[in-house]
Amino acid sequence: MNMLTETAVEKVLERKMTNSALKMSGTDVCVFYGEKQALHNVNLNIRENTVTALIGPSGCGKSTFLRTLNRMNDTIDSCRVTGKILLDTDDIYDPNIDVVELRARVGMVFQKPNPFPKSIYENIAYGPRIHGLARTRAEFDEIVESSLQRAGLWNEVKDRLQEPGTGLSGGQQQRLCIARAVAVSPEVILMDEPCSALDPIATAKVEELIHELRANFTIVIVTHSMQQAARVSQRTAMFHMGYLVEENDTDKMFTNPDDQRTQDYIMGRFG
Amino acid sequence: MSGSVVLLCVLAIGIVAFLLGRLRANALAGPKLSNLHSRPVYYGGFVAIWATLPALLLLAFWSITAPSVIQSSVRGSFPAEVLAAPQAEQNLEFGMITSIARGMKLLSPADAETLAGDAATVRTLLSAKGVPLAGDPKPYMLPAADELNRLTDRSNWLMTGAAVLAALGGLVYALRAIQPKLRARNRVERVVLGALLGASSIAILTTIGIVASMLGEATHFFSMVPAHEFFFGTVWDPRFAAAGSGGSEGQFGLIPLLAGTLYIGFVAMLFAVPIGLFSAIYMAEYASPRVRAFAKPLLEILAGIPTIVYGFFALTTVGPFLRDISAQISGLVTGDYANFIQAQSVITAGFVMGIMLIPYVSSLSDDIITAVPRALRDGSLGLGATRSETVKRVILPAALPGIVGALLMTASRAVGETMIVVLAAGVAARMQLNPFEPMTTVTVKIVNQLTGDLEFTSPQTLVAFALGITLFALTLCLNIYALYIVRKYREQYE
Repeated sequence: MNMLTETAVEKVLERKMTNSALKMSGTDVCVFYGEKQALHNVNLNIRENTVTALIGPSGCGKSTFLRTLNRMNDTIDSCRVTGKILLDTDDIYDPNIDVVELRARVGMVFQKPNPFPKSIYENIAYGPRIHGLARTRAEFDEIVESSLQRAGLWNEVKDRLQEPGTGLSGGQQQRLCIARAVAVSPEVILMDEPCSALDPIATAKVEELIHELRANFTIVIVTHSMQQAARVSQRTAMFHMGYLVEENDTDKMFTNPDDQRTQDYIMGRFG
Repeated sequence: MSGSVVLLCVLAIGIVAFLLGRLRANALAGPKLSNLHSRPVYYGGFVAIWATLPALLLLAFWSITAPSVIQSSVRGSFPAEVLAAPQAEQNLEFGMITSIARGMKLLSPADAETLAGDAATVRTLLSAKGVPLAGDPKPYMLPAADELNRLTDRSNWLMTGAAVLAALGGLVYALRAIQPKLRARNRVERVVLGALLGASSIAILTTIGIVASMLGEATHFFSMVPAHEFFFGTVWDPRFAAAGSGGSEGQFGLIPLLAGTLYIGFVAMLFAVPIGLFSAIYMAEYASPRVRAFAKPLLEILAGIPTIVYGFFALTTVGPFLRDISAQISGLVTGDYANFIQAQSVITAGFVMGIMLIPYVSSLSDDIITAVPRALRDGSLGLGATRSETVKRVILPAALPGIVGALLMTASRAVGETMIVVLAAGVAARMQLNPFEPMTTVTVKIVNQLTGDLEFTSPQTLVAFALGITLFALTLCLNIYALYIVRKYREQYE
């Protein structure tokens, strides 16, 4: 009896400690595409001002989990999500939650750079415009400049803000997309393999950017590159066949993982 | 033996050739099929092509040239006084001879005997067999007809023999040519490539032919009516009159017709563009797959309705309805129940044509909107935009050039549309801006000028070709411009 209360108290304490730093948390998250179940009871916490990397072989459900965090799965007709995902204290799958507001708080950067066929300026101003974050031209100018500054793109494009965003190089386009996401001042930024279409130099720039963004944002990144996960993240979660295999500090994960499958994957034995 | 029987013979030989070729290839292959360069079916095809293609070419060449060779031979034996007559008269005489020749084949032996006894009975005998003659044949015609029949028969026999020989010769040659190293597949594919090329060039050549014939007739017209009077004339009054009867000079001003065409097309687009575009946006962006699966085909049924049906829909339903409702409105407003919309009017024709154009606008725009990469949608939605904002600010701007192209293509359909305007727009060539009055279009006037028993030498008829070529140039320009825009848009995503 005494023992039981003691462990219970310990558990509560532990949860309190971690909760203070928690930005998002998923509890028993299951995702179905039609009849097929893509995610099985995932429990994963995302800490504030931390880069969390999701790794695992193709088709393991890491991208699916990422997309549940800002309900991008809603755009797929056959997709169904059960379980609970909290952003701070709000259940994001609550019917009363406005998905538009949610996505303003949880931004997303995609695998392939997808600038709109508009000018660089308009690409950045798009989000602030639809959310009414600025009113005057000067306010927009400021948001555009600061977002591009934060994405490390300002010096490269400041003289050609009116040129189409599609005319930039692949790496610049991806940083433009990051700047576009930053411009809405989200709390969390989700990145779905943001460097898979980029060359090593552009990749290095984006990784450096992720480091800097960590100070102001909570970042979740899906990546296929073990080195990238090791370089940019503090926490790593390993998915396999729709299950969360292990979640740990990145340092521990890559030196002394708890799970055999994680070790195999990191060592390159499968996936 | 008739041509179709020969054709069947050649094709039968072709089938046999195919089977023989395959058999021989299989035999040559021995135990391992990979000893052959190509699969046996290609060797079969190779032999079949050799057996049929030269024979068919020979048949085609023979059927085209033989009649004219025979004709010149028969004409050579005409009496001197006929040869002295003008060419047109000679043609008439020869036409009669072919009729007699055709009739003589139908005669029974008994009839033939009567004919041999008395040449004057030929007209009654032949008309009893259903071959009417224009007049009593001249005496030299009967032997000439006989000669014609004889020559034709001989030519047919020769053709049959030659074709069958060519087929068999080709078969034997190709069978002997079969060896394991023979590249039968490449050769068969080359023939197929030739067939594909031929098919596409037929379409192109036909277009060129149509344009050339229209141009020819139109130049004829412009030799009678000066081009500037046609293109810049503001009065359309062709004055139906027989050619050469004097006082036939009408006024052929294109402007009123063009104005009507463009006005009605504009009204039609006014109805079709918003409805078609909105339905395309709904189908592409909002409709669930289930709704889309039945709504889209349903919408496209509209495109399958023949335009003449739209025409009488306009004539019997929309026109009277608009007329009556306008009478009611004016009755309510002024107390005088006079209709201000005519049953045949710009608005009637434009409205019905607009309905016809909706599926074109919507299905073309739907394709273009669906072609906008999903990544752009995700990008916008991921920033917290609603579907509507995404459509307005990202998808439509991205798809705009393509949509403009689609609209131009639709406009060129509106300009060329005939049956609806014939029934619903009226025939009065007037220049005015009231959409409730009748106006007429280029296509309506083409129909008017060509229906009637005018000769194809009077400007009244020939003007149809000038109108046709103008219309063609107009729609061609619209289409080329539309294609240019669509292509430019495509490059963005590649």
